[in-house]
Amino acid sequence: MNPALGLAAFAAVSLATVVIGFYGLRISRTTGDFYVASRTVRPWWNASAIGGEYLSAASFLGVAGLVLLSGTDALWFPVGFTAGYLMLLLFVAAPLRRSGAYTIPDFTEARLESRAVRRVTSVVVVLVGWLYIVPQLHGAGLAIRTTTGLPAWVGQVAVVAVVCVTVVAGGMRSITFVQAFQYWLKLTALAVPLLFIFFVLAGTGAPAVADAAVNPTGAAPAGPYQSISLFVALLFGTLGLPHVLVRFYTNPDGQSARRTTLIVLGLLSVFYLFPTAYGLTGRMFAPGLARSGHADALVLLLPGRMIGGTAGDLLSALVVAGAFAAFLSTTSGLVVSLAGVISQDVLGGSVRGFRLAALVSAIVPLGFAFMTESMALAGTVGLVFAFTASAICPVLLLGIWWRGLTDAGAIAGMVTGGVLCGGAMVAGSLLGAAGTPSWLAQPAAWTVPAAFAVVILVSRATKSRVPRTITRLMTRLHSPERPLATER
Amino acid sequence: MLDSPLLTAAAVAVIAMAIAVVAAVGLKVLRSFRELGTDAERATYRTLHAASRAGQHLRTGLNPTGAAKASRQLRGLLGCDALAITDTTGVLAWDGAGEELRPLLMGLAAGVLDGGPTAVIPAGADLQRAAVIAPIRAGTRVVGVVAAFAPAAGAGLVRATSEVADWVAAQVELAELDASRTLLMEAEVRALRAQISPHFIYNSLNAIASFINTDPVRARELVVEFADFTRYSFRRHGDFTTLAEELRCIDRYLLLERARFGDRVQVSLRIAPEVLSTVIPFLSLQPLVENAVRHGLEAKEGPGHISITANDSGAFAELKIEDDGVGMDPEQLRSLLAGHSEGDHVGLRNVDARLRQVYGEDNGLVIETAPGEGTLVTMRVPKSQPRHDA
Repeated sequence: MNPALGLAAFAAVSLATVVIGFYGLRISRTTGDFYVASRTVRPWWNASAIGGEYLSAASFLGVAGLVLLSGTDALWFPVGFTAGYLMLLLFVAAPLRRSGAYTIPDFTEARLESRAVRRVTSVVVVLVGWLYIVPQLHGAGLAIRTTTGLPAWVGQVAVVAVVCVTVVAGGMRSITFVQAFQYWLKLTALAVPLLFIFFVLAGTGAPAVADAAVNPTGAAPAGPYQSISLFVALLFGTLGLPHVLVRFYTNPDGQSARRTTLIVLGLLSVFYLFPTAYGLTGRMFAPGLARSGHADALVLLLPGRMIGGTAGDLLSALVVAGAFAAFLSTTSGLVVSLAGVISQDVLGGSVRGFRLAALVSAIVPLGFAFMTESMALAGTVGLVFAFTASAICPVLLLGIWWRGLTDAGAIAGMVTGGVLCGGAMVAGSLLGAAGTPSWLAQPAAWTVPAAFAVVILVSRATKSRVPRTITRLMTRLHSPERPLATER
Repeated sequence: MLDSPLLTAAAVAVIAMAIAVVAAVGLKVLRSFRELGTDAERATYRTLHAASRAGQHLRTGLNPTGAAKASRQLRGLLGCDALAITDTTGVLAWDGAGEELRPLLMGLAAGVLDGGPTAVIPAGADLQRAAVIAPIRAGTRVVGVVAAFAPAAGAGLVRATSEVADWVAAQVELAELDASRTLLMEAEVRALRAQISPHFIYNSLNAIASFINTDPVRARELVVEFADFTRYSFRRHGDFTTLAEELRCIDRYLLLERARFGDRVQVSLRIAPEVLSTVIPFLSLQPLVENAVRHGLEAKEGPGHISITANDSGAFAELKIEDDGVGMDPEQLRSLLAGHSEGDHVGLRNVDARLRQVYGEDNGLVIETAPGEGTLVTMRVPKSQPRHDA
């Protein structure tokens, strides 16, 4: 496609992000009317914002690429990404909102009354955030390389620069509207080109060059163990993602937190129809992409290939815009929540400290991204989910639902989960793709139960350390709160 | 998918962390071997170290957990076989051998607890070890005893035990001081706890009265607003509220002020919806708005403008009240906030004191002002306050 259009699309999305970040608040809430100003965010807006923040490079590019490569096996990814919200809805959203804690470290500290637990949680949360930003940057590199031919690092640096500028300059002060905008942009960017592709296909009646059921690479399908393990990772991993949980505090109470989650489920389900459709269309009409190792770029290349000409270029530019919306929104959400954790725990919570922490939390993963090479986006994100599911999820779930959790149990569980899953990831990378047995490649199925078991056993062994205020804490987490006085 | 870059990244991270852990442990070990000076210096260091460790545990007063930890340190200090700490009703902690004597100790200590001097009980038939029992005197009261058990009670042990008991007494007095300081602060907060200003009641009622004949409908509405405002201000439960509720209160307050000032008071708001559910101290924002109206705009000629801003700023919510009124002299304001001079800006000082008390010394009000230049008051509140119920 035309490189200038790709760059223009990136510039437009960056500009829109910055402009809405700085002025969106001013446009929407500059008023002398207290009634309007003190209206909380509607669940619909908040759900769109969560969708915007959650749908990362893996969802936008990776899922379609994976469907192209492994067909219906890849559907576990969108199903898992969405079903994680069901877990969130059932077990976490409302109690966490009621706890009044703002980050996962805040929550574990308040729940277990221990500074040590806070520190360990903070380290894990920062690690998760960094690991999660890396694939976003790889996606940005891939998109820039595919659409403009520039080297990949240009895209990575550009995304980090835009995020740093907006976050450090305070442009993310009312992030909800930025993220909500990004969700609808991503949806449009996928849906419109796909509709055009379908129209063109229907109009020309071009025959499919391959059967959608045939794997273009001829690789063996994943076994049931891998599917189950992946599903466990995605189901439990969503619970612990720092940038996802923060969004729930924009809800005024636990009930609207639940309603928001329900809408998110709907929004995500609609969204994932499109990458799947791209993947299958790719299988039928452009199987060559899978063999040439460009699977992750399928979404970016398909409109140009199927339609061509200026229309194709414009549609490709729209997809590029959506892709950068995905990288920017997820990265900025992660950077904001990481900066909050780092500045509070290390730098004393000052404004300067927050800015410094924002820079650190964006630049460290950029270093990682430089050092490593992008492979399959959905797969790497799946591993981050496995890590979160092993290290954070057991403590979060048991902290909300089990009175017997102790600080020693929590620390032991986080360390066990983190070390087991991290170890499996490292071992997998040392052994290489071919030499890794599937239980190492998809570790969640055994690391998550192991972490749960360690938390429970150690907590049982240290019963005397259960906080004395446990009944008060649990009452607060699980009883409905007074409604906010925002409506007349 | 297995040989992904993320794995390499994770490997690098894990290795870096392992190196950091090894380095930290190594440093710690090295430091413990470092030369500490002569024997005498080392003994002094050990004594002071044990005393300060024990002191930390006693800072919450005489209670079983603190006493148990402190008695371990103190036994090392005295070099005796066992050491016990009691209060006036029972044994709080027993460290070392011979715990079977625990039930007897209160009987042995009865005389000391009644105000007697340090008692020395030699070893005998029912006592395997000699005991030295020294009173802990806080002020003139005896609040407990320190009992040391050793094969023989020499003069050295007796003197040392008395000294330790005196030292424990000093710590207990400090703890009581802490407790009374907390009580004092609580009392101060309760006294500071936002009071609705009498001027405001008087002015509002007058303004409402002026509408009763000319615009009875409006007068009625204003009375209802006034009633709602007072109900919020007079509520007795809870020291915290949410920003949303506080904004409603400010809305009512401004409605009543506008009844008096008409269009002279203009207000604009810019509120980030993310921080509406942030917990803030009860009536901490309304006094700032009232201050802006009374001291910024009332004295000014022509219309005045107040802007209220709430921003999401990392782990904090940042609230700003700005007016373009007459402003004030920063020096005068400083001495007022420090409590050196009495002024009528009681509201500002009150809010500042409460914020510092609840969120720490670094989180008081930040006020930017100059004569004739208006005033900008900034308040930063942590968003995460799991301990405070709105």
